[in-house]
Amino acid sequence: MQISMTVNGVGHEADVDPRTLLVHFLREALDLTGTKIGCDTSQCGACTVHLNGKVLKSCTLLAVQADGCEVTTIEGLAEGGEHHPMQTAFWENHGLQCGYCTPGMIMASAAFVRDNPGASEAEIRHYLEGNICRCTGYHNIVKAVKQVADAAAGA
Amino acid sequence: MWPNKFDYARAGSVDEALGLIGDEGKFLAGGHSLLPVMKLRLAAPEQLVDIGGIDSLRGISANGGLTIGATTTHAEIADSSDVQAICSALASACGQVGDQAVRNFGTIGGNIAHADPASDPPTVLVACGATVNIQGADGARSVGAEDFFADLFETALDDGELITSVSLPDLSDHQMAYAKFPHPASRYAIVGVCVALKMDGGTCEHAHVAVGGATVKAVKCRGAEAALAGSTLDDAAVGAAAEAVKADIADWLAGDIAYPETYRQQMAGVFLKRAIAAATG
Repeated sequence: MQISMTVNGVGHEADVDPRTLLVHFLREALDLTGTKIGCDTSQCGACTVHLNGKVLKSCTLLAVQADGCEVTTIEGLAEGGEHHPMQTAFWENHGLQCGYCTPGMIMASAAFVRDNPGASEAEIRHYLEGNICRCTGYHNIVKAVKQVADAAAGA
Repeated sequence: MWPNKFDYARAGSVDEALGLIGDEGKFLAGGHSLLPVMKLRLAAPEQLVDIGGIDSLRGISANGGLTIGATTTHAEIADSSDVQAICSALASACGQVGDQAVRNFGTIGGNIAHADPASDPPTVLVACGATVNIQGADGARSVGAEDFFADLFETALDDGELITSVSLPDLSDHQMAYAKFPHPASRYAIVGVCVALKMDGGTCEHAHVAVGGATVKAVKCRGAEAALAGSTLDDAAVGAAAEAVKADIADWLAGDIAYPETYRQQMAGVFLKRAIAAATG
């Protein structure tokens, strides 16, 4: 089936098997391998992207359902050669151990702080229930998100 | 994981969707219940008819009660000021489904068609006397939520029928809550209890109670309702309701090695008390 999609600001047209999941389309057809496949069962959040600005687990949507949509992946978060503030904060706070969950963590957190500037640590921890770090490195992840949330609120 | 092969068609209207659906077809909205079971090969429909683009199936209207279109997402319901005013327990329950990414795309129609007993919205819909509105090739019909949920992952839907909306009565004059004991890993309900209380001064005129999670389907709990009705919600009445709720769900208990049936049955009484406290607090 023929689909068209804007990914990280670039238009793409492709002919896909309807059973192709969005995450497979991003990784295999567009070679955007920053988006990871973790649990593949909608739980871990490694595959988190933005679809029309909303966080989505891209293992749980068919590519054909995203026809005509705008998708942002971790590769598209930086603007004008500058890291997104959430990427910078993960860097500064060492918000990772092995790094596998990091793209999903950053995509989820970036959308969360956009919608909830000034979020508390408790709200951040609750929100991140859909993103699992199997190194259990949550402490610095939460520190990174809190730094951006505080900055967004002008604190 | 890839699902089995299927034919995919997109419908622009309910009539078109009903015309497209075949014997081995399923309707696809957000896909957040259906795609996971297809990936696990627990379901292998030969055809998906995508109803996600049908505008008439989406949205919330407050018309005395509530009518919620089938493809309205959990996030939209949780965030709706109309739902918060008319049936706050439903907003609460929809806000506890999965996580934000799941709530952004999972829909109320897909949720109830899937009929997972550990999901949160069905318990509220059964407690509150919701109606499921269904369209088929032969016309429309409406089924009470209590009858809609037939058994474990089983509903009253016939092949080829489409859920178009869910209706709720106006419960804005009720005090209500959904109290949940979430599984520590999955956050699905080990027990979920919804209560809606119509109070007249300090006396409970009537009560609506349902339990999910502990059971193979959301169960309306008439014994507990009777124990609360006419009482002042004193310790004796609440204690009697917590005992009665265990009998109400006795025929429908679910369990596993970590949370066996008898434990969940006991916890239903505990969470009924917590729901009453939250509703009246």
